[in-house]
Amino acid sequence: MANEFVKKVAEEKYKFGFTTDIDTEIIDKGLSEDVIRLISSKKNEPDWLLEFRLKSFNFWKEQTSPSWGHLTLPDIDYQDISYYADPTKKKQGSETKEIDPELMKTFDKLGIPLEERMALSGMAVDAVMDSVSVKTTFKEKLAEKNIIFCSISEAVRNHPDLVRKYLGSVVPYRDNYFAALNSAVFSDGSFVYIPANTRCPMELSTYFRINARNTGQFERTLIVCESNSYVSYLEGCTAPMRDENQLHAAIVEIVVMDNAEVKYSTVQNWYPGDENGKGGVLNLVTKRGRLIGHHSKLSWTQVETGSAITWKYPSCVLEGDDSQAEFYSVAVTNNHQQADTGTKMIHLGKRTKSTIISKGISAGRSENSYRGLVKIGKHADGARNYSSCDSLLLGSKCGAHTFPYMDIQNNTATVEHEATTSKISEDQLLYCRQRGINTEDAVGLIVNGYAKEVLNKLPMEFAVEAQKLLSVSLEGSVG
Amino acid sequence: MLEIKNLHASINGKEILKGVDLTINDGEIHALMGTNGAGKSTLCKVIVGDPAYEVTDGTIRFNGQDLLSMKTEERANAGIFMSFQHPIEIPGVSMANFLKAAVNAKRQAMGLEPMKASAFLSMMREKRKIVAMDSKLINRSVNEGFSGGERKRNEIFQMAMLEPSFCILDETDSGLDVDALRIVAEGFNKLRKPDTSAIVITHYQRLLDYITPNQVHVLLDGRIVKTGDASLARVIEEKGFDWIKDEI
Repeated sequence: MANEFVKKVAEEKYKFGFTTDIDTEIIDKGLSEDVIRLISSKKNEPDWLLEFRLKSFNFWKEQTSPSWGHLTLPDIDYQDISYYADPTKKKQGSETKEIDPELMKTFDKLGIPLEERMALSGMAVDAVMDSVSVKTTFKEKLAEKNIIFCSISEAVRNHPDLVRKYLGSVVPYRDNYFAALNSAVFSDGSFVYIPANTRCPMELSTYFRINARNTGQFERTLIVCESNSYVSYLEGCTAPMRDENQLHAAIVEIVVMDNAEVKYSTVQNWYPGDENGKGGVLNLVTKRGRLIGHHSKLSWTQVETGSAITWKYPSCVLEGDDSQAEFYSVAVTNNHQQADTGTKMIHLGKRTKSTIISKGISAGRSENSYRGLVKIGKHADGARNYSSCDSLLLGSKCGAHTFPYMDIQNNTATVEHEATTSKISEDQLLYCRQRGINTEDAVGLIVNGYAKEVLNKLPMEFAVEAQKLLSVSLEGSVG
Repeated sequence: MLEIKNLHASINGKEILKGVDLTINDGEIHALMGTNGAGKSTLCKVIVGDPAYEVTDGTIRFNGQDLLSMKTEERANAGIFMSFQHPIEIPGVSMANFLKAAVNAKRQAMGLEPMKASAFLSMMREKRKIVAMDSKLINRSVNEGFSGGERKRNEIFQMAMLEPSFCILDETDSGLDVDALRIVAEGFNKLRKPDTSAIVITHYQRLLDYITPNQVHVLLDGRIVKTGDASLARVIEEKGFDWIKDEI
C-alpha cells in the first residue's frame, strides 16, 4: 500500500512518466561503423550523408568525454545503448499509411494532438518519438508559402541540396564530443526553411518523446531563415520514468540571413530522475545559431526543469553587422538534478548587440551552474553585451554557481555583467501565508515572479505551461 | 473572539513573551503600547503564526478554536489579518495576481469556487477607492518600488479585499504623513463591521484619534502591566512609560 502511494505521488509530480506499449523496431545495442551504415540504410540516405556520419564517428572515437562541466557525468557505456528505435514500423504485410492509434493516443495524452482540426490554433507540430518523426502537421498549408517544415529525414530525401549546404555549417562534427556522436548517429528532428521575404504564419514546433527502453535519442534540427523572413519555433520534450539513465544528445543549427529573425523557445521537461537521483535523462545538447546576415536577430528562450543532467549552451555567432542576439533562460534543479547551462555570444560584426538574462533556481541537493562566454572579436567595433545572472536558492543543501567568461579584443565594445544570489526569504513566505496562501503555492508564486522576465518571452501557450511546470518541479522543496 | 492565556514565546531560545493574558471580544478594539522591544510585534507574530517564534506555554483560542494548532494560512483563512510593520517586496508578482491567490485561497477554505476574473477586477476597483490607492500600484509587483506610505496603504487595501474579522495593525501609522494617516485610518473604520475586532499597535495618540480603542494595554518586558481606557494613551503620549515602570 505504502509503495503504491509513494508511486502515485511520484507519478503525479512527473505526469509525463507513462510508457506507450507499441511494437517498436529497435536495432541491437552497440555502436560501430556497421551500426551507422545500418541507420543510414534504414533511412535510404545518399552516400554523402553516410560519409558525413562515418567521418564524424571516426573523429568521435578519438575523443574523450569532456570533464570541465560543474557536474558529475556518470560513465556512459556507449555499447550498451541502441541507436535506432522506430515505433512506426508496420507489421509485415500492412501497407496502410495511417498512424498507429497508440501513437496518436500518446501524443494526445501529452497535449499534442496530431489531427489538424484538433490542433492548438496557429501551431504546426512535428512529433518525434524515439528515432522517428511520427507526423508533421500543416505541411501542405505551409507549403503554399514555400515554407518547408518536415522531419530532417524527409528533408534529406526531398531537399538534399539545402540539407547538404547547411548541415554541419553551424555546428561542425568536430565541435565537441557529443556533437561528433550526434553527427554520427543522428536520427530524426525537424527541418525548417523559410524563404526570403516570408513571415511564417504560424508557430512551428517539435515535440520530442523518448519511449523505448535502453535507447538514446539523437535529434538533429536545422532551421534556415532567408533574408527578411521570420519564424517562431518551439520545442518541447518528455520521457517515461525509468530507473536507468537515458541519453539525449542533440544538435540544433540555425542560420539567419539579412534582416531575418528567428525566435527559438524550449520547454525542457525530460524525466529528471526520482528523488534519490535514480534514472533520468542525460541531456547533452549543442545548440547554436549563425547570424550571418546584417540586422539579423536570434533569440533563445529556454525553461529547463527536467533531466538528471543538463549540459547545454545555446549560442549565437553574430557575424552580420548590426545583428542582435538574446538568451533568456530559467533553469530549475531539484532533488539530485545537475545543470550546467548558459550561452556563448560571439561578436564578430560591427555594432552587434547581445543580451543574456539567466535565472537559476536550485532546490533539494541539486547543483545549478550558469556558464557563459562573451567574446568580442577584433573587428566588432561598437559591440555591446549585457549579461544578468541571478540565482535563487531554496534550502541550504543545493548549490548555485556562476562562471562568466569574457574575451574582449576590441576596445570600443561595451560589456556589462551583473550577478545576484538570493534565497526565498522567510519574510516573503510569512507574508504570503498570512494572506492565506499555503507554502507550496507561495513558493510557486515567488518563483514565477522571479522568472517572469524570461517567461514573458515565451509564446502565450507555452508560458502558461511553463509556469505550472516551475511550481510542480519545486513541490516539497520548502517547509 | 480572541482569548490569550499565560502566553510564553521565544525566538532563538530567548524568551520575549513572559505570560500574556488578553481577551478581546467581538467588535472591540484594543490598543497595545509599550517601549521598543517590549514584545508587541512578537505577540502579533505569534497570533498570526510566524514559524520563527516558539510558543513555550499558554493558549490562544480564536472563536473557540485552538489557534496554536492551526497553520499560518489556516489562521488567515479563519479571518485573522495583519497589517505588517514592514511589508516585504515580492518581485515579479503583481498585486493583482497576489491578491487573486489570497482571495481564492480564502474562498477555497470556505468551500467556495474561485472568483471569476471580471468579478475580481471590479472588486479591486471598488476596494482600492476606500484607501485612495493609485490604480498603477495594482499592476506593479507586490510592494516593489512602493514608498513607505504606499506600503501601509496597500496593507489596508489588502485588508479590504480579504474582509477579515480580526485585524492586527502593527505600527500602521509609522511612516505616514498626516493626510495619509487620515485616509488609512478612515479606510479602516469604513471597512470595520460592528463585530470586527482589532489589536492596534502604535507609539502615538494621533492614530487613536481616529480609531478609538475600547481598551489600552501597556506591554513591558513581555507582560501586560497596565490596562486602561482610551485616556491612558493620552497620558502615555504626555508622560511616557517611566511612571508605569515606577508603579510596578
